[in-house]
Amino acid sequence: MHQNFLVHGPDDAVGVAVRDISAGRGIRGRVMDGGGDLEVDVVSEVPLGHKIALRDIAAGERVIKYGVAIGKATQDIRTGEHVHVHNLKGERWA
Amino acid sequence: MSSGRTFLGYRRADGRVGCRNHVILLPVDDLSNAAVEAVASVVQGTMALPHPYGRLQFGPDLALHFQTLIGTGGNPNVAAVVVIGIEPNWTRRVADGIAASGKPVVAFSIEGAGDLSIIEQASRAAKTLVHDATGLAREEIPLHELLISTKCGESDTTSGLGSNPTIGRFAERFVASGGTFFFGETSELTGGEDIVSDRIVDPVQREKFQRLFDEHQKVILDQEANLLGSQPTEGNIAGGLTTIEEKALGNIQKIGNATVTEVLEMGEAPQGTGLHFMDTSSAAAESITLFAAGGAALHLFTTGQGNIIGNPIVPVLKLTANPNTARTMSEHIDLDVSEVITADMSLDEAATATEDLVVQTASGRWAAAEVLGHREFVLTRLHRTA
Repeated sequence: MHQNFLVHGPDDAVGVAVRDISAGRGIRGRVMDGGGDLEVDVVSEVPLGHKIALRDIAAGERVIKYGVAIGKATQDIRTGEHVHVHNLKGERWA
Repeated sequence: MSSGRTFLGYRRADGRVGCRNHVILLPVDDLSNAAVEAVASVVQGTMALPHPYGRLQFGPDLALHFQTLIGTGGNPNVAAVVVIGIEPNWTRRVADGIAASGKPVVAFSIEGAGDLSIIEQASRAAKTLVHDATGLAREEIPLHELLISTKCGESDTTSGLGSNPTIGRFAERFVASGGTFFFGETSELTGGEDIVSDRIVDPVQREKFQRLFDEHQKVILDQEANLLGSQPTEGNIAGGLTTIEEKALGNIQKIGNATVTEVLEMGEAPQGTGLHFMDTSSAAAESITLFAAGGAALHLFTTGQGNIIGNPIVPVLKLTANPNTARTMSEHIDLDVSEVITADMSLDEAATATEDLVVQTASGRWAAAEVLGHREFVLTRLHRTA
């Protein structure tokens, strides 16, 4: 069974779509390096290569990918939502 | 890497090995571009490397100019060099620097002679150099002697998932086999610099890395500019990359778990083998030009959204893990590793496919960028002209 998204590390708050994903329940993904499978209810379109929230993230909270912070949420992000420049901003050069 | 792999290449007078056999026509300055281009049109088998700089530069910026030109001429992919400049002193300085590598170099200065006389003299000299270069035969050489560099461009999240980890696995094996491997992109380590720093074994080298990194950060932060759209680029953002930190963490997947043995200034040649960080711009043409000046003979370039970069003297091989890019820009892509992100190909399989392609390319097969005529030669400037 093909995965729809991959997650770099077990602590990551976001996964990466490896194909274009439409909103829907129980979308399957996998944590890399044998971290196991998971399912997320996706609430927005997520194009290939774009990020999807794996849990609720509060505005101001650091967003973890590769096990480290890649920036802070600029607004509340719901599980299954598309995560990009509209709701995530870097802390460096900011 | 399976030790014992070999390729068919050229061993130069200084012992370094190349995979191409160029006779280059190198202008010292912008004024000499017309002459080198005229010679290139007359003498087949030569290649002119025009560029817009070399006048009124001073200090560190001039030193880097000389270092880049001398390193380019000295690169083991270059069999022989014709240097042409407007003034004799700087021309002689570049020619002498290249001649230290032991390869044939002839130099001409235009002042007092004019273009037409110099074009004729340089053409006659270049014809002899081409005869000599084309008489050289490839010989069997251990692959680990080939100096390889890496950089990514128009990255997206598939770079961090697929193509960069492929290079990382290749780098781990190549360095373990005794190879020398360059990575750089100082600004694009922002957010992952501590991870790189922790990989640097020697504290003196680690301190040098931190100094180079901090200097580059200062240049960026002093501008107080909004970098969104520049870093990350519009292409990065279209591909799903949101922040410089995220881009950096994907970027450093290219070194795998290897440790860093030496930290190099821009265009500096390495002292030993192993994984080397070189301070470079994160712009593709600038960084590959600097890696080549440091002696890199082959380049592994990963792309997500489809960067099309090449270099005049170094074959630039492109890998992508983005299936859309592999399809829509297929003429630019040397290796499609998109099956890594769908788990239909393991990283070991992808790294072995990369190694096979490196051997083929180093032995003479052209990279896509060579077939398509990409010869981006871009000199890095450090500050304004006097």
